[in-house]
Amino acid sequence: MRYIVEYVDPELLRELQLERLSAVAQRVYQNVPYYKQTFDELRITPEDIQSLDDLQSLPLTDKETLRTNYPFGMFTRPMKTVREIHASSGTTGLPTVVAYTENDIKVWSEVMSRSLGAAGGTDDDIVQNAYGYGLFTGGLGVHYGSLELGATIVPMSAGGSKKQLQLMQDFQTTILTCTPSYAIYLAELAENSGINPRKTSLRIGLHGAEPWSDNMRKEIEDLWDIKAYDIYGLSEIIGPGVANECIGQDGLHIWADHFLPEVIDPQTGKPVPEGEDGMLVITTLTKEATPFLRYATKDIVSMTYEKCPACGRTTPRISRVKGRTDDMLIIRGINVFPSQIESVLLEIEETEPHYQLVIRRSGALDTLEVRVEVSDEFFSDEIRQLEALESRIKQEIENVLSVAVKVKLVEPKSLDRSVGKAKRVIDERKM
Amino acid sequence: MQVRQISVFMENRAGRLQEITKIIADAGINIRALALADTSDFGILRLIVNKPDETLKILRDAGFTIRENTVIACAVHDQPGGLNKILRVLSDANISVEYMYGFVEKNADEAVMVIRVEDTEKAISTLLDNDVKLLKGEQIYSM
Repeated sequence: MRYIVEYVDPELLRELQLERLSAVAQRVYQNVPYYKQTFDELRITPEDIQSLDDLQSLPLTDKETLRTNYPFGMFTRPMKTVREIHASSGTTGLPTVVAYTENDIKVWSEVMSRSLGAAGGTDDDIVQNAYGYGLFTGGLGVHYGSLELGATIVPMSAGGSKKQLQLMQDFQTTILTCTPSYAIYLAELAENSGINPRKTSLRIGLHGAEPWSDNMRKEIEDLWDIKAYDIYGLSEIIGPGVANECIGQDGLHIWADHFLPEVIDPQTGKPVPEGEDGMLVITTLTKEATPFLRYATKDIVSMTYEKCPACGRTTPRISRVKGRTDDMLIIRGINVFPSQIESVLLEIEETEPHYQLVIRRSGALDTLEVRVEVSDEFFSDEIRQLEALESRIKQEIENVLSVAVKVKLVEPKSLDRSVGKAKRVIDERKM
Repeated sequence: MQVRQISVFMENRAGRLQEITKIIADAGINIRALALADTSDFGILRLIVNKPDETLKILRDAGFTIRENTVIACAVHDQPGGLNKILRVLSDANISVEYMYGFVEKNADEAVMVIRVEDTEKAISTLLDNDVKLLKGEQIYSM
């Protein structure tokens, strides 16, 4: 299915964006006390937004805003009209909550369907969806998009790798949606199980939710003999399907009729020139239940407005995510902030908040090791007490992060404290 | 009758034990008994030395996590059943052993068992009541 809006004259797109921006500004001003207060403090009203450039006078919304207004303070619609709620982990344990009306789910289905379509998916495809189903938006987003596309969806969810391989062969699935590292892991598992991944019926891989590189893309494409595409999304905006690569594999088309993108200098807040790196900021133009003005994604990208030479779409294209403005890590598709681990350690009396995170890619899967310094106060000379402490730290961190970790007790002062501040994160993953 | 023991936390990596023994050797301190408990990641080195105060200081200065506690040193006849007798005394008194290690004394027909229990005082009086020969700290340090 082709959506005409993907190919419209950029001038028409801007008109549509402005119309929708005015409407969403009105909606949040009237329904969200936080936004009303922000507008009032700046002595502006929604009517002052007369052009897309006027958007720059508005403050950013971020995860912190969502947490401050936890759980439902950012809703613009009564719960009666909310059909679905998702939540992702926040830095202090409070989740960030996003909601969907019936129309929001329609929009989500459509943008995700467009994303599958941009990558070459059609209603003849059988989509093997190995993103996790649940509060994480990855699974259900791809699910809705596949239904909208008219494809056949196999809702595998994450994990169960042997079954993934079995059904992939038995059902002859053609599109695999999962994190890039899982795509590699699964191919290696196939080879070890005597299955030639290049001989399966897979033809397209749609990979996102964690950082990857052109090298990984080449590896995935070689292992499976498929085309692998980058997908971008975040639950605060809608979930997966905010942007997706087309067959040109040169930048991700952002569905700008729903998501108004800006790329700004994270320090000054000023827009960066086209093509230069900055923080991606997105305003949700059509979201009903939880629309956000100028949501700071903290993702570093560059953006071009050039018409795509490969597919002819006129939507702006963002680059692959090149980094973060904060210290967020993505491990096996799950967002992890070092501060989450720090707060857990602060709550455990026996530990000092001296820690270090070591992330490795073992095989194709990421492992997170948390090194914690042993201090005189809680050093017991009995192994079992130290081991009990180790497993307690492990459990409490896993409860907060929802990702498996290995805890390793280390000698005091052994963790790097160079340049005054400890080096908290060692990322040894080769992308 | 209590014997001072120093425990050192150490990461399980090549050469680490030697680094500690070097610090001790350089200070002219003699190790009387030593035991190592370990997991795949870390280990605990337990030491009885001739100069406990000095050892505590140099290891602390070197940045190690250390802990001092007390253990009991029993003289055990170097013959079958020697150790069993001691453990039976403790077991009958419902005293559980956290850990133990042994060494053989020079020029004597006795082995020395170092025993760590939760309630050291109670264990000492129980053992003495049952005619187990205990060694004083000074005896061990100056062996």
